[in-house]
Amino acid sequence: MIVGGGEDSGFKKTNIVNRRMFIFAAAKAVVFFGIIGRLFSLQISENKKYLTLSDKNRLRESRLPPVRGEFEDYFGNRIAKNLTVYQLHVVPEQVEDFKTLMVRLKDILNLSDNHLRDLIKKKNKQKPWETLIVSENLSWDEFSKINFYLHELSGARPVLTVGRNYPYSEIYTHVLGYVSEASVEDIVNNETIKQRNVPGLRVGKTGLEKALENELIGTNSIQRFEVNAYGKRINQIDFKEGEKGKTIRLTIDTEIQKYTQELLKEKAGSISIMDIYTGEIIAMNSSPSFDPNLFLYGIEKGKWNEIKKNPLKPLLNKTVSGLYSPGSTIKPIVALSALENDVISTKLKVNCRGHKHPLELYGMKYHCWKKKGHGYMSLKNAIKQSCDTYFYEAARLLGVDRLNETAKRFGLGEVVLGNYFNEKKGVVPSTKWKKQAIGQNWYLGETLINGIGQGYIQTTPLQLCLMTAQLANGGHKIYPKIILGKEETAESIREKMKLATENNQINSNIFSVPERFFNDKEKKYTPLYRNKENVKFVLDAMFSSTNELYGTSFSSRIDDPKYQFAGKTGTAQVKRITEAERKLDLETDQIPYKERDHAWYIAFGPYKNPRYALSILVEHGGSGSKAAAPIAKKLFKFIIDRHPLRESIKTKKLIKI
Amino acid sequence: MFIESSLSNNSTFFQKLRSLDYILIFCVLLLGLISSIAMYSTDGGEVLYHTESHIIRFLVFFAMMIFISFINIKTWHALGYFFYIIVLGLLVWASLFGITASGSQRWIDLYFINLQPSELMKIAIILCFAKYYHRIQVVNVNKIQNVIIPILILFIPIALVISQPDLGTSILIASSGIIVLWLAGVNIKYFFYSTLFFIISAPFVISFLKPYQKLRILTFFDPDKDPLGAGYQIIQSKIAVGSGGLMGKGFLKGTQGYLEFLPEKHTDFIFTLYSEEFGFIGSIILLILYSVLIFRIIRIGSFSRSFFGKFFCYGFGSAIFVYITVNMAMVLGLLPIVGSPLPIMSYGGSSMLATMLGLGIVMSAKVYNRQLIS
Repeated sequence: MIVGGGEDSGFKKTNIVNRRMFIFAAAKAVVFFGIIGRLFSLQISENKKYLTLSDKNRLRESRLPPVRGEFEDYFGNRIAKNLTVYQLHVVPEQVEDFKTLMVRLKDILNLSDNHLRDLIKKKNKQKPWETLIVSENLSWDEFSKINFYLHELSGARPVLTVGRNYPYSEIYTHVLGYVSEASVEDIVNNETIKQRNVPGLRVGKTGLEKALENELIGTNSIQRFEVNAYGKRINQIDFKEGEKGKTIRLTIDTEIQKYTQELLKEKAGSISIMDIYTGEIIAMNSSPSFDPNLFLYGIEKGKWNEIKKNPLKPLLNKTVSGLYSPGSTIKPIVALSALENDVISTKLKVNCRGHKHPLELYGMKYHCWKKKGHGYMSLKNAIKQSCDTYFYEAARLLGVDRLNETAKRFGLGEVVLGNYFNEKKGVVPSTKWKKQAIGQNWYLGETLINGIGQGYIQTTPLQLCLMTAQLANGGHKIYPKIILGKEETAESIREKMKLATENNQINSNIFSVPERFFNDKEKKYTPLYRNKENVKFVLDAMFSSTNELYGTSFSSRIDDPKYQFAGKTGTAQVKRITEAERKLDLETDQIPYKERDHAWYIAFGPYKNPRYALSILVEHGGSGSKAAAPIAKKLFKFIIDRHPLRESIKTKKLIKI
Repeated sequence: MFIESSLSNNSTFFQKLRSLDYILIFCVLLLGLISSIAMYSTDGGEVLYHTESHIIRFLVFFAMMIFISFINIKTWHALGYFFYIIVLGLLVWASLFGITASGSQRWIDLYFINLQPSELMKIAIILCFAKYYHRIQVVNVNKIQNVIIPILILFIPIALVISQPDLGTSILIASSGIIVLWLAGVNIKYFFYSTLFFIISAPFVISFLKPYQKLRILTFFDPDKDPLGAGYQIIQSKIAVGSGGLMGKGFLKGTQGYLEFLPEKHTDFIFTLYSEEFGFIGSIILLILYSVLIFRIIRIGSFSRSFFGKFFCYGFGSAIFVYITVNMAMVLGLLPIVGSPLPIMSYGGSSMLATMLGLGIVMSAKVYNRQLIS
């Protein structure tokens, strides 16, 4: 039938073709199952792996800047807050003609050529779909102008974001510090910042903003995007809202803080005010200050240099980082130490004979500040009139090591607030300290000048404030704090102090000062004295110094018992007075600024029922009685007038709970 | 066989219509539907250019297939060599005046369609060989001139296509031809020797390849070596298929596809997109459809009384199988990436035309399966 060969041949050919087709079909079946096997292994066995890979392909996470916690003062006023900031963003990818847009924006916003050049540089560095921040902080006028012209600015996006704002500007600079864009160091040194960092993140640079960074910073909001193969965002899949950082409430009263700023206007110095029971810092100021808002978007070079080169050193937080000789403000502690150690009695009299007959020791002369001398002085009068000669003698009898022990117990030579600030410890010298620090033996002459707060001894204003507070509350240890926490009322603290005093009296025979450090969680308001009467005597002497005729701060007294306070002046030399200078006896304003004495004043009040202690320092202000004590007079009136308000907040809070 | 009319060739139109292979037609229509769905997905869930022109092409060429079914198989036998020479001429035309796209000169501008003659050559070579071996008796198959001449017939178009350069299509043309040679009963030793020759010469051949082709072969062996470069297509394709899982990500939900991670998703990688969205089950359904299609083609061949019809059906059925497996093996990372479309599914007019032409001839072999060809 089949043409082209015999039937036989055709049959054979059919056979061959069919056989070969069969072989091929068998091979096909094998390949077919091979393909199915491959599909099975990819889609069933390894499905999870490829699903992950596919998600990795398409999903990108983007972290938004966390919302920073705020600061409140004692009364709940915002002192560091988050403010709506107007910004202008551009996504280069969505811009038709980048150059034209930039030129147009330059016109509208008056951008400088430098700024424009930086922007173009930045744009070339980043991916075209990444946001370019053209302007970080637009005024409302500029922002509305942009919105007005928006139709011709395709690709430009006016954006509202959150920025830091310090409404009281320079008032709180030394307490709160300031924030600025995170530097490489910030990121490397702080693990939390590293984890939450996003471009443009602001972090604390100094002060509490820095110390409390980890609590303030908050957590990032997380946006999950689907992106295409070119990395372009297609849509948002998920948004996880971050948590705002903790809002922190301070113990500081803004009104008082503001007032301290006013009192120190145009001066270099420091004021600290403390509650003598709760240890709350009511105000803490260092002058001069500067506006922390300047740093938010990077400070201009000119302004920075102005701050940096100011001879009054606005960058230094003098209250905690400035070290000064305490001058005569140390005398209450010297007196207390001498009494506690029974080296002198309150009845000891020393004759101060003026500059013609100074105290001499091993050929060295030790002058009292008073040219004519004080005459015969008792301890009380010596404190009241701040007689140096008496304290040379008292210190000589006491010795530096016993003084060291008492001074340290009252808070000198240690940081006051812990790790919040870059606090200096200062120096409370002892024979051992000198051997270790300087490698020399102690000389008796050095003990003498230590007795009037000169020489090696160095303190911060805040330490002196704490010392005053711990004297004023009757000689009990307190715990200074600047952050409002779980409050113990002053009344309950006073009760505890009373209890501690009674216990102390029982053990008074064994001359032992209870351990400074306790393992107990509960705060103990340990007595820092051996005999309560000694503390009382010193406080009494401080009262007469302010409120009795011939007292060094008599002219700054307040007679109204409501405001009446007690204090001690101090005038710290910054250099040794030469014999020639002593003879000249110049007035303060005749001496070059840098060589003028530092003026000190420490005080507590109201005297009958003390509640607040303060320390005032005016750098190169001259004598304590003229430059520092008058400030205290104004302050006490202000503080005590505000006291009921402060108390009412406390009780209100208790009711709330 | 006992129907009178079937012995004569004068069956009526309705008889012819009735003798069409409806299972095959059903498979083709279903594949057309699936391919349109997949194309719709590549356009991102809209009827855009690709979807529209794919559907139009499918419908036009499907109609052409039905029309061809009624052309007597004798005509195709008569046109065998002629068709081959015409396509060869077009190939020469393409290499002289063709349109260049993505580095390869393979298209002819015919005003209404950009024709890719190398695709037609896949059919032409089968047609040509089917005619050639139709006459030759078993004893003469392995005569030296009967081996040399087909090799020349095969070699000329392959050389032309390689020079375009288009490695993928030339391999498919070669396999189409070799399949028929195998079926015709060419001695196994020739296959053995030529395989040996190919392996030995492979290094030399590779040294003549374009750098990008060499890279493709190298990356096949280690796609992770250059994940963003040459290995990207393989890796992304595997991720797409693998992440599809059992049920797939769902219609229009293939992220790899619509986020543009898949390269050439309309053409060579259409199966990847389909498999990502419809998963293992969908892939198996597609494979079964293709299997039925091939089975029907081969079945028609087995009933064909003429050797021409037999050779063509067997050859075409097997060639379709090879196209499918090469494409799938490629997108599943089993073979290097060489351009090879998936019949009916892939976007591309010439490929669709060639497939439908082949199916039409197969159908004509069915309708005229009693036809004797002298």
